[in-house]
Amino acid sequence: MSTASAQAGSPFGGLALPSNLPTFLFKLVGLCIVNAITLVLIYLFANDEVWFLVAALVAITLMVNVINLWPDMYPLQWMTPAFAIIILMVIYPLVYTVYVAFTNYGDGHILTKAQVIDRLEGTKFLPEGGRSYSWTAFTDDSGEYALWLVDVDGDAFFVTQDDPLQPVDFATAGVEPGQIPDTYRGFERMNRIQAAVLADRGDLEFGEGDTLIGIQSNAAAGPFVQRFVYDRSTDTITDRSTGRRYVADSTRGNFRSEFGESLSPGYWVTIGLDNFTRFFRSPALAGPLIRIFLWTIVFAFISVISTFMLGLFLAIVINDEVPLKKFIFSILIIPYAIPAVISVLIWRGLFNPSFGIVTQYMNDIFGSAPNWLGDPLWAKVAILFVNLWLGYPYMMLICSGALQAIPQDIYEAARVDGATAWAQFTKLTLPLLLVAVGPLLIASFTFNFNNFGVIEAFNEGGPAMTGTTTPAGHTDILISYTYRLAFGSGRGADYGYAAAITIIIFAMVALITVFQFRFTRQLEEVSENV
Amino acid sequence: MSNIPISGAKTGDGRVKAATAQKAPIGMDVLKRRVRIFRIVIAILAVAFALFPVIWIISAAFNPAGTLSTQTLIPRNINSVDDLLRNFNRLLTSPQYPFMLWMRNSLIVASTTSVLAVAVTALSAYSFSRFRFRGRRSLLVTILLIQVFPNLLAMVALYLLLQQIGLYVPILGLNTLGGLILVYLGGQMGINIWLMKGFFDSIPREIDESAQVDGATHWQTFTLLILPLVRPILAVVGILAFVGVYNEFVLARILLIDKESWTLIVGLFNFVSDNFARDWGIFAAGALIGAIPIVTIYLILQDQIVGGLTQGAVKG
Repeated sequence: MSTASAQAGSPFGGLALPSNLPTFLFKLVGLCIVNAITLVLIYLFANDEVWFLVAALVAITLMVNVINLWPDMYPLQWMTPAFAIIILMVIYPLVYTVYVAFTNYGDGHILTKAQVIDRLEGTKFLPEGGRSYSWTAFTDDSGEYALWLVDVDGDAFFVTQDDPLQPVDFATAGVEPGQIPDTYRGFERMNRIQAAVLADRGDLEFGEGDTLIGIQSNAAAGPFVQRFVYDRSTDTITDRSTGRRYVADSTRGNFRSEFGESLSPGYWVTIGLDNFTRFFRSPALAGPLIRIFLWTIVFAFISVISTFMLGLFLAIVINDEVPLKKFIFSILIIPYAIPAVISVLIWRGLFNPSFGIVTQYMNDIFGSAPNWLGDPLWAKVAILFVNLWLGYPYMMLICSGALQAIPQDIYEAARVDGATAWAQFTKLTLPLLLVAVGPLLIASFTFNFNNFGVIEAFNEGGPAMTGTTTPAGHTDILISYTYRLAFGSGRGADYGYAAAITIIIFAMVALITVFQFRFTRQLEEVSENV
Repeated sequence: MSNIPISGAKTGDGRVKAATAQKAPIGMDVLKRRVRIFRIVIAILAVAFALFPVIWIISAAFNPAGTLSTQTLIPRNINSVDDLLRNFNRLLTSPQYPFMLWMRNSLIVASTTSVLAVAVTALSAYSFSRFRFRGRRSLLVTILLIQVFPNLLAMVALYLLLQQIGLYVPILGLNTLGGLILVYLGGQMGINIWLMKGFFDSIPREIDESAQVDGATHWQTFTLLILPLVRPILAVVGILAFVGVYNEFVLARILLIDKESWTLIVGLFNFVSDNFARDWGIFAAGALIGAIPIVTIYLILQDQIVGGLTQGAVKG
């Protein structure tokens, strides 16, 4: 804090020094705690080889220390928590999304290569040939099993599921060498039929540590052997159960044999532009994406225009001549106040094709009603209608505010010049209004471009498109399609492709925003006036 | 605009109309009255449009029949208060749908996020408003540009991030309220720093300068002088953040997996996709309870919200 006052040029900065010593110590202790936590996390994440996250944490740690220890940076100290949150929760996810877009990250490729090798090397198998022991099964009260093993030399061993292999002590067993007792160390001998069931299970492991014993057949038991062996120099994995070699394929993220078989699981690798070029090569991918892209634009555009037109109409028509104007306005903004997802779910019930109120009314009046949720065209109409209901209050409010800001004398001038009401509206009101609310209309376009909540809550993107290789619906917009690719159940997560589509959305949003800044010169204003 | 009088002169429309208006003031009166009736009719229609689903959901909530197909505008067969509240009883006691837990989750997430967001962004905003330092302008512009991309777009990365963090910091992992709060906090930074900086700028700097002449540190100025002055605005910003988080659906749906950790909106959504038609009445009761606090906040803060909206509109 001493630096604080000095930095701000307070004449009393120096005097306050003694009382600021505790503050300084407090800050130092705080920094130590923060550093300890972040360093431990950095170490842990580095072990997992998640380098992007490590980089983000290193950046945060450096930022916190530099800002707080360097007196010149005093104003930035106030922003320490905000910066930490922005780096970790805003910048890192953006960068990481771009990175994932260039990988094959997804189901089947969810682990790193090191993790896959680790996991494969942990796999064990029972070699067919190398018979080592004949076995007799034992069990105890708690349902645990044990094996009495005799090797080719006739030596006997005893092994349980928890304890390691030990030579049998015949004195304890109470039998002659070469014989098998009915009880041993609290375990009871099982009969042939029970033992046969045990042999079928195949998943039982006996012993501890490196030598695990498994049951190979009714007659034989033997040690488990590590199945896959990784050779770093040739970057291959050998399957010791078949003798087959699998070479690491760093373009696809699998260990593959010369016959084209690949080991599961695969690991994730960067695959360049594959996620982007994929849909050019595959009509099954390109088809839905293009349709979804067009619908996204149509949806956002019609939503903005329809809400704007209705909102403007109401803002003009419901003026001070209407009694209770303020009260009516309060009621008219209720659709804006209700949590949107709740409203949409209500509308979903009202539009229900079998029992919904809207359907019932239409049946009464017209004798039939469209399938609001199942028909691709009518589902779109319904969603646009619902979005109109959700969005017009906002437009009404901003139009009403902007209209009041238009000076009245220009209308008088127009009237004197003999302009009709319609001419006044189209030539005066509308252009002036658009200058004022234009940026908000563009912002509203961006919002609707990504209006996942409405799409998902109304019909979960449905009705589903047929003949597509990815989960896609007729009312899906880009962002909900991305969601379905990444988290949709059934067909497997494809984070890489989902992230690639997110990049397209990024590009669109950036484009619209540039347009918006052009429109308002907001950026210039920002850089001049702040 | 300049061509209006010309076109008017060409057709003569304006002149003719102006002439008739002057000759027949009674006709003008009739016209005015008709316009006024037209305005009132539109207002009534608009109110009906706005309230249509609201009335149906209220009716459904109190309708003891409780299914979509048996719904009527005026509920039938209500013989007692019990009948009237049957859906609410079933909702609050259903073991299948822990509604109170969802409500509690929503309130925890929304209030924690809004309090933390206001605290963190107020600190930054004070600094941006009161200090002049190198890189200040580019930092502000960067923050503005970053928040152009809604954090919803990074949902894949956020999901994977929480998954990773959760390995070592369980309370911030996937399927936890802590993780969700962290994600929401990220989304609150940019916009609120800008908003609050604007409010801080509107407080004259002479106030804190005089305090500093008297020996106050910046921290004292901030906590003892500025904060009390902006408290109402902090409250509004906090409440708006609260409402935004309470209403959020997509990220909550992705990041919260188990029924017990769902927020109210996610719970209602999943409830609906499970058995909409049969339990329409229970859903309606839940929707009412879920929406009423937010609608109340909106109606109370109407002027501030409208003011905030139109400010942006008029400024451009």
